[in-house]
Amino acid sequence: MSALLVPDAERDTTPADVARAGLRTTRLRRRARTFATTLTLVVVAAAVAVTALMLGDYPLSATDVVRALVGLDDGPARIVVFDFRLPRVVLGILVGVAFGLAGALFQSVLRNTLASPDVIGVSQGASAGAVGALLLAGVTGFWVSVAAFAGGAAVGLLLYAVSWRGGMTGYRFVLSGIGVAYVCTSVVGYLLTRSDVQEAQAALLWMTGSVAQADWPLVTTLAVALAALVPLVVLVARGLDLLLLGDEQSAGLGLRPELTRAAVIALGVALACAATAAAGPVAFVALIAAPVARRLLGDGSLALVQSALVGVVLVTGADLVAQHLLPALLPVEFSVPVGVVTGAIGGPYLIWLMAAGRTCTS
Amino acid sequence: MSLVAHDVHLAYDRRTVVHGVDFAVPTGEVTVIVGANGCGKSTLLRGLGRIMRPTQGRVELDGTDLRRLRPRDVATRLGLLPQQPTAPDGITVADLVGRGRHPHQGAFRRWSAGDAEAVSNALALTSTHQLAGRRVEELSGGQRQRVWIAMMLAQDPGTMLLDEPTTYLDIAHQVEVLDLLAELNAERGTTVVMVLHDLNLAARYADHLVVMKEGRVLRCGHPGDVLDADCVREAFGLESRVLPDPVAGCPMVVPIGRHVPTLPATAMPA
Amino acid sequence: MSLLAPPRPARESVRRPRTALRGSLAVVVLLALLVLLAFASLMWGARDIAPADVWAALVSPVTGGNDHGVVRNERVPRTLIGLVAGAALGAAGALMQGVTRNPIADPGLLGLNSGASLAVIVAIAGFHVTSVDGYVWFAFLGAGVAALIVYGAASMGWEGVTPVKLALVGAAVTATATSLITVVLLMDRNTLREFRFWQVGSLANRSLDALTSVLPFVAVGLLVALAAGRVLNALALGDDVARGLGQDVTRGRLLVVLAVVLLCGSAVSLVGPIAFVGLVVPHVARAVVGPDYRWIVALSMLIGPLLLLAADVIGRLVVAGELEAGLVVAFVGAPVLLALVRGSRSVAA
Repeated sequence: MSALLVPDAERDTTPADVARAGLRTTRLRRRARTFATTLTLVVVAAAVAVTALMLGDYPLSATDVVRALVGLDDGPARIVVFDFRLPRVVLGILVGVAFGLAGALFQSVLRNTLASPDVIGVSQGASAGAVGALLLAGVTGFWVSVAAFAGGAAVGLLLYAVSWRGGMTGYRFVLSGIGVAYVCTSVVGYLLTRSDVQEAQAALLWMTGSVAQADWPLVTTLAVALAALVPLVVLVARGLDLLLLGDEQSAGLGLRPELTRAAVIALGVALACAATAAAGPVAFVALIAAPVARRLLGDGSLALVQSALVGVVLVTGADLVAQHLLPALLPVEFSVPVGVVTGAIGGPYLIWLMAAGRTCTS
Repeated sequence: MSLVAHDVHLAYDRRTVVHGVDFAVPTGEVTVIVGANGCGKSTLLRGLGRIMRPTQGRVELDGTDLRRLRPRDVATRLGLLPQQPTAPDGITVADLVGRGRHPHQGAFRRWSAGDAEAVSNALALTSTHQLAGRRVEELSGGQRQRVWIAMMLAQDPGTMLLDEPTTYLDIAHQVEVLDLLAELNAERGTTVVMVLHDLNLAARYADHLVVMKEGRVLRCGHPGDVLDADCVREAFGLESRVLPDPVAGCPMVVPIGRHVPTLPATAMPA
Repeated sequence: MSLLAPPRPARESVRRPRTALRGSLAVVVLLALLVLLAFASLMWGARDIAPADVWAALVSPVTGGNDHGVVRNERVPRTLIGLVAGAALGAAGALMQGVTRNPIADPGLLGLNSGASLAVIVAIAGFHVTSVDGYVWFAFLGAGVAALIVYGAASMGWEGVTPVKLALVGAAVTATATSLITVVLLMDRNTLREFRFWQVGSLANRSLDALTSVLPFVAVGLLVALAAGRVLNALALGDDVARGLGQDVTRGRLLVVLAVVLLCGSAVSLVGPIAFVGLVVPHVARAVVGPDYRWIVALSMLIGPLLLLAADVIGRLVVAGELEAGLVVAFVGAPVLLALVRGSRSVAA
């Protein structure tokens, strides 16, 4: 730019200054919107969480909940909050973070709005593992989670082996994933038809996704897994941003696209596996979190943090509905798993988004 | 054959890009549309080729509103090549060119001798006959562009609309593609309408030049009458000098710009 | 107007001999395989029946002959159903991949399978229907309603129906329907007991009546599919080029989607949600004949039944008490798909 080199130009009128000022205002405006969106999501998530801690057979006020949380109350409120309600809420939060991030990673790196753990086959692999453990080995609880994680991870590794050929293309990965997903679905179908109906129903419940089984050991395990994975996501996020410009462009900017893509996919698989192992494949959260977050921000950024927050709001909010609102409406005694609500809310929402939206091209 | 736009307005969603253009495509001539980025020249071409429906006004083909004609009948008279079309994976050159026969075929009609004849001719005219069995994705940019033009030739329309047919081609291939279109026009009387970015090539190949600005026709007519320094300033906001080009005498636009290198006198032969 | 004589004579004939030759050859080979497989399907099962007896059962049945009864009452219906449903699913898959320009599309993408499943749930839980034949009309209706919702929602907005919108709305309808299905299944054990068998997909225990009731829809669907090959060829070049070639893009898409609904709706109502056939078969066809959709659709109609019927026969042979065709299809088809994907050079999509 020759204008930058003109020495005697007046400082406050050079094009560079205009550009700098313009950049500053857009950056400020963008920051303001990002900040407002993020803050709103955090507030909504916190409100949902506190509400979830208040409601139940032993109703508490918001002040009771907050006092119990900060340790000012040693009475029954503390036991109710910490032992009964908090594990479920925290599990919902962690699962929301993991699915939200996993979906955002898959969709951006595979450049496909439909890419989510259920399309890639990870959910089906985890389901096959968990249903196998439930119906064949007859185990429950922790070992079901282990089997689910193993199943999902096995699918991830298999896909990696099949689609890695001196590099990884999104097309090969997705198509292989769909093939593997069908095989896993068949395994599940076989197990469901060959078992006792009551056990089949338990397996179906697991496959719907639920946070009702939460206890502190489960929550701690998932928290540890996320504590290891989330920093890695932060590490690859910059590379992913560049990768979205296309392979050649990003290589020109000093990135190794194949490697970055493989790392992002591996992280996505790990996050999805961890969350699925803990709560089952909660429908739709991974698919919808990132598109919603990006729509809220509207600046074409990756929106990883906001995707995770949308995931949190979705899972905890849906669980609130499932736990306290739906049972009152249903004619029979029945505890609704959260996965039913996320699907039933998420589906129509996405349809509305498509029908009303004008910026829905991917 | 006549193609006429009457007060055509074109819009993407609610954003109007072309504001009331009246324009009759001169039959049997080469018309080139030029203008700054975003002036609506590609949009106008899409409107003429009935890819976009005018929100107001109409485009008439031989006196009938395009909207009232069957798409297939329009396609036998009017061909359109968009910017950067994509070929299906694995398709061969002969197959792609053969798809130009689409408007001439019925649902169950088999490949006819007439189809084969049209495709052979199209390949020969564009010098792509030696590539017939190759896959399109293996070709160079220039070859690929010729194959797409061959597809439109196989379609056999009397009027061809092309949106920047020379994008991404080197100067030699640009000239080659434009020569091909000029020959088609001269030898077969094909009416050609195209959008070009290069003003000098536009001036060289156009019988009729249309300069657009902000969704309206700024000037139109013979390049020698239309293209001068005032026109370039008004349409592009660029200071320039317009000289007769040393080969054909058409107007040649030399931008002034801010950067003029001071070369030793010997470097520039008089 | 026609082209003038070219400046140079074109030496090569451009009659596309390779595609036509390969395609015709493939049709002959596939037909022969289908005949063999159909006969094998009549012979093999829980009890193997000699070829001579199968033939006798077909041309001059003896009433009371046990083997003849098995052939005529059990194996003929399931073989015919396998052929028809396979052809319908194969063709529907090819149409779906063509119209969405997406190699990962399958007919289930329109929400047809989930719509049919939800309707079958209603049949079982609400109307206490327990025979597979009784599900047929429910499933067909459910598939149709789902497709209507998907297409309707996707066609709103100024761009009209785009492949991406179609896919997303289809996923959304599927998710919603799945949620509703899950609620019913978790609350009602009896419905689960019936539904789980329908859901895996099978050719067994269907009557010829069920087949004849959907046959007209399949026939119309297959005819439209054959005619739609050229429409898909035009759409494959992108919407703009297709319009330039005189293809009415909106009408072409609608026609193709209509055929998919007829074909896939019929197939699902007959054999349950076996969408995988529709995903993998067009890939095989494409590997054989290349990108010409007229051939891809035609070959898919033959490869579909081959895969479905083979899965059914294998399922009868591998375990005592047989494995449902819907389960076996995935195990047979997935390795084929993986091999094709691994071999493909394509980086697109």
